[in-house]
This record gives sequence, structure tokens and C-alpha cells, in this order.
Amino acid sequence: MIVFLVKRLANAALVMLVVALMAFLIFRFVGDPVQLMVNEQTTQAERDALREGLGLNDPVAVQFLRFVGNAVQGDFGVSYRNQQEVMSLIAERFPATIELVLLATVISLVVGVPLGVITAIHRGTWFSEGLQFLSIIGVSLPSFVIGILLILIFSVILNVLPAFGRGEVVSIGWWTTGLLTQSGRAALILPAVALSLYQITLVMRLVRAEMMEVLRSDFIKFARARGVPRSRVHYVHALRNCLMPVVTMTAMNIGSLIAFALITETVFQWPGMGMLFIQAVTFVDIPVMAAYLCIVSFIFVALNTLVDIAYALIDPRLRAARG
Amino acid sequence: MTDQPTLDVRNLRVEFPGRHGTVTALDDISLSIRPGEILGVVGESGAGKSMTGLAVQRLLEPPGHIAGGEVWLGGRRIDNVTEREMEKIRGREIGAIFQDPLTSLNPLFSVGRQLIETICLHSDLSKSAAKLRAVELLAEVGIPAPAERVAHYPHQFSGGMRQRVVIALALAARPKLVIADEPTTALDVSIQAQITALLRRLCKENGTAVMLVTHDMGVIAETADRVAVMYAGRLVEIGPVAEVVARPSHPYTRGLMGSIPTLGARVPRLQQIDGAMPRLDAIPPGCAFNPRCPQVHDRCRLERPDLRPATASLAACWLASDAKESAA
Repeated sequence: MIVFLVKRLANAALVMLVVALMAFLIFRFVGDPVQLMVNEQTTQAERDALREGLGLNDPVAVQFLRFVGNAVQGDFGVSYRNQQEVMSLIAERFPATIELVLLATVISLVVGVPLGVITAIHRGTWFSEGLQFLSIIGVSLPSFVIGILLILIFSVILNVLPAFGRGEVVSIGWWTTGLLTQSGRAALILPAVALSLYQITLVMRLVRAEMMEVLRSDFIKFARARGVPRSRVHYVHALRNCLMPVVTMTAMNIGSLIAFALITETVFQWPGMGMLFIQAVTFVDIPVMAAYLCIVSFIFVALNTLVDIAYALIDPRLRAARG
Repeated sequence: MTDQPTLDVRNLRVEFPGRHGTVTALDDISLSIRPGEILGVVGESGAGKSMTGLAVQRLLEPPGHIAGGEVWLGGRRIDNVTEREMEKIRGREIGAIFQDPLTSLNPLFSVGRQLIETICLHSDLSKSAAKLRAVELLAEVGIPAPAERVAHYPHQFSGGMRQRVVIALALAARPKLVIADEPTTALDVSIQAQITALLRRLCKENGTAVMLVTHDMGVIAETADRVAVMYAGRLVEIGPVAEVVARPSHPYTRGLMGSIPTLGARVPRLQQIDGAMPRLDAIPPGCAFNPRCPQVHDRCRLERPDLRPATASLAACWLASDAKESAA
């Protein structure tokens, strides 16, 4: 198990290094940072001093190492646009995105898993077929359309939930949360639902497919022959055997949800990392973009590594093979 | 031994409604097993052997269902009880052993957890008492170091050992009846004998009735007390093993016996039964075996024979009864 852990971590570190290299190359070669930071009145001497000060005259390898060294310490430089530390900009936005994504994930699991089990058990009934049909709609509607529809229904027509923003937030250390205030919770509902809808259908379809497969297996029939009640057979014996791919997909999707929450965040004017990124793109704010790339990749890699470790915990066969 | 049979199946009929009409998978099956008795059920693949076992346990795959007849277990009719009632009967009164021990156990739970689950479902034992009982059961089925093995997962056991675990699970609640569906088919020949001997010993000790489903006449001859021969969803012959093996009355049984190789006996060539069993949706009128029967005559193509006393058994053959009548 320890060898396995070390291997996985080394693997993850290598991937991160490659990502950092890419982020660095963007940083270094997309436009001239000095050019972007100065205005017309800056003299050549000042420009040279800035160039020297930023370390842009050092060899590329040295610059890369410095970049990695700084990145590891959470220092991605200064935003071109408002001269703020990139890291503090991201730290400000990060909690909003994470809260949104985690809530969306929880919704997708809490709703998706039982729906998958139910549609697998009652396949062929109108209820199950109806859900299947709805799930196709869920998969095929783009999330901004869903977002706009939700705003239309709940904010414009019914006027029960806010259409944009994060509501009031409470700070806990550097973390800000909207979960502790009434308006914060209300503001979270629509974006989280919009973001989770696609995930719900994915989870539901995956669980359904896996369940149908597992329900055919001998040990399910044998469990019933042993007198295990039907619901226990379904929710304990069968479901646990379906969890592996669900765990994989959920964890992977947390990564992509963070990356792609930017659409939902834009629709709902949610002050998260996605919005920050969109603004960075508009202003060619390269340090912010590079930092965003590194952080999102880090989350992806970290989740992947956790998934591998979770596998070993769920399935004793893997434990034995690797332990 | 009491007169009342543990299992009494009366005129059981199982149907599968399908797009192209209803298929009769079991047709008029009647058999009974007394306490402590082992009834072998033989036949070709698709003859309905396993189906009979599944029908008794009410584990038929939908849309298959019992369309007629009755199943009595220890004097209680069980083919019409609710699913909830049936869940209490399965495992508690009817134990099951499946063909493939490699796939019968849930790979994600330790064997102990599966045993404890079964024990707790069918008794009032506490979890710790159930655990002790689980270790006892593993010891009973001959698993070495049971106290240690109880925490192991199925993949840590060999095929033969896993089948022992399956037997332990089947016997966990001391059922009246065990339905063993090809319990040794997936095992090495050397392990087969051990497993059948184990099954036989445990059932004789506990007075458990056993329905031993297999296509292996050798296993039946060694293990069973009586044998039921099935063909195309029908029972063709039923009687004491020794008698049926020595003097089969139905031409199909005779064919089956002729196709078993015997060690030591010099037979120039093993017999085979020509042709194949008809598909269940294309069973010929009259006797189902008539297209393949070497002694077929006109009556066989028109009228279906019922089970009737033959030399030493009951056989569903016009010739068998004729032979007896003419002999008498």
C-alpha cells in the first residue's frame, strides 16, 4: 500500500510539473509581459529596469525553476490588470466556486444514485422510461440554457430566488461562505441546481447501466436465495458493486465542474474563479490565466490520485494486489 | 423418518410468455423428497433441471412464472405465498448451492460478513454470537483455520474452498431442504468427490432433504438415493438410483446410461442418442422424445404418456407400461 501511494504521488508530481511548464510557457511567450505592464510614457530605461526586476533576462530554465518555486509557495505574481497578488485574487474567488461545485456534486449524487437504482430495478415501467427520457433532455440541454430557464422560472416568474450574485457571505479566516446566511443559501440554490442537472443525468445513467449489469450476476441471485430481502440485495449488495465507476466519475467531474463552472458562473454572475478567468481572458491578464491553469490542473490531479486510493478502499481485491 | 415429504411438487408447470407465444418450460412435474433423502435430477442442458429448483425457490427470471401445480414444503403450500413470506423461507427453510462458486459470493464482502448476514437474517442471534456461529459453520464444511479465514474475502479462497463457503451459507440456518444446482460442475474432478461427500454427510447428519441438480450421472450414482430424469421440461423417469441405473425403463434414460463411460469395462464404442432435444417452443405432439426414440411407434406420436409404474421406477413411456402389463 505504501509503495502504491508513493508511486501515485510521484506520478501526480510529474504531471503537475508538465502543467507548470505549459503555464510558464504561456506566461513567457504569449506577448511581452513588460509591454503589457507599461504605458506609452515609460522610458526605455524604466522598461529595462522592469525587465531586469522581473528576472526576464535570466536563462529560460532559471526562470522556469523560479516560476515553479514560487508557484509551490502559492506565488503566481501580480495581476497585470489591477496589480493585486494573483493568489489573493484567486483565494478570494476560490470558496465561491468550491461551495457551488461541492453542492452541485452532492445534489447529483443524492438525486442521481437513487434514480439510477430505481430505473434499473423497475426497468420497463412507464415511470422508469419517463425518467430515462427526461434524462436525455437533461444531458442534451446546454447548461447556460438551463441556467437561463431556471432564472426565468424561479426569479422572474415566481420571484422566489435571486437571479445573480452570492448574497451575504460570512468570513471564516480567509474562507468566505454563503452557507451561513439566508440570502447566501438562497443565492446558491439556482446555480447549484443548474450545474448539477447534467451531473444528475450522468450519475443516474451510469448507476442504471452498472446496476443492470450487476443484478444479472450470480451473487445477486445467490443473495436472494439466501433469503436476503430484495431492498437489501439492491441497495447493499448490488449498489456497492456499482460504486467504483460512480466514484471515479464523480471525482473526475469535480475537476471538470470547477473548470467549467465558468459558464454557470457567468450566467448567474457568481463571483467565482470562472468569472475571474473570463475577466482575465478579456484583459489578457496572463498571470491570472497561468495560475488558474495550474490550480485547476492541481485539483484534477489531486482528485485522480484520491480516486485511485479510494478504489483500494472500496475493492479488497485491489488492496490485496497492491498492498 | 416421517411419511410426510419435505418437498412435494405437484403437477408443476412453468411458462415464459414471449413475443412468439408462450413457452412451457416445465410441464407437469411431480416429485417429492423425504427428510434426509437426496434426489438427483438429471437431464441435458435446457431440460428444465435448474428451472425446477428455481421454481421451488420462486427465483424464476421474469416473465417466467409458475402457471400451474403446487409446491409444498414440510406440509405448507409455498407456491402462492407473498414475496415477503418467500424471503423468510429462502435461506431459512430452503438452502441453495449454485453452480459457480467463483461468482456466487459477493466479491466486496468478507465471507464472514456474508455468513453473519445470513445467520442474523434467519435467527435472533446477536452479531457476536453470529460470528461464532459463522466460524463453526466454516469448520463444519472443512475449512482449515476457520477463525482466521472468516475475515477473508472470496478472492482469497480457491474454487473448492469457495464452494465449501457456499455450502456453509446454504446450511447456515439449518434448512429443511437444500437445492444444489450443479454444485460440482465448475470444480476439479478431485475436488468434486470431496464436495459431494461433504454435502451428503452434512445432509444425512441433519436430516436435510436435497435436490441435487446435475447432468453428471456419475455424481448421481454416487450421491443420490433416488433420481429424476428430465427431458424437454418433462419428467420421463423417477425411481431409486440403483434400480434406474441398472434397469432403466425409459428409452431416454437407457440412452443416458449407455453414454456414460465406465472405467474397466471394455465397450467398443460409447452409445450416443442421435439428434438433439427439441426447442421448448417446438415440442412434438405425443411423447417429447419420439423423434429420437429408437423404439418409437405410432401411439408415441399421438398420445402423451404419463408417469406410470415400470419395472422398478415410474416412467413416462408407453413401452414401459406395456412391458409391465404384458409381463403381468
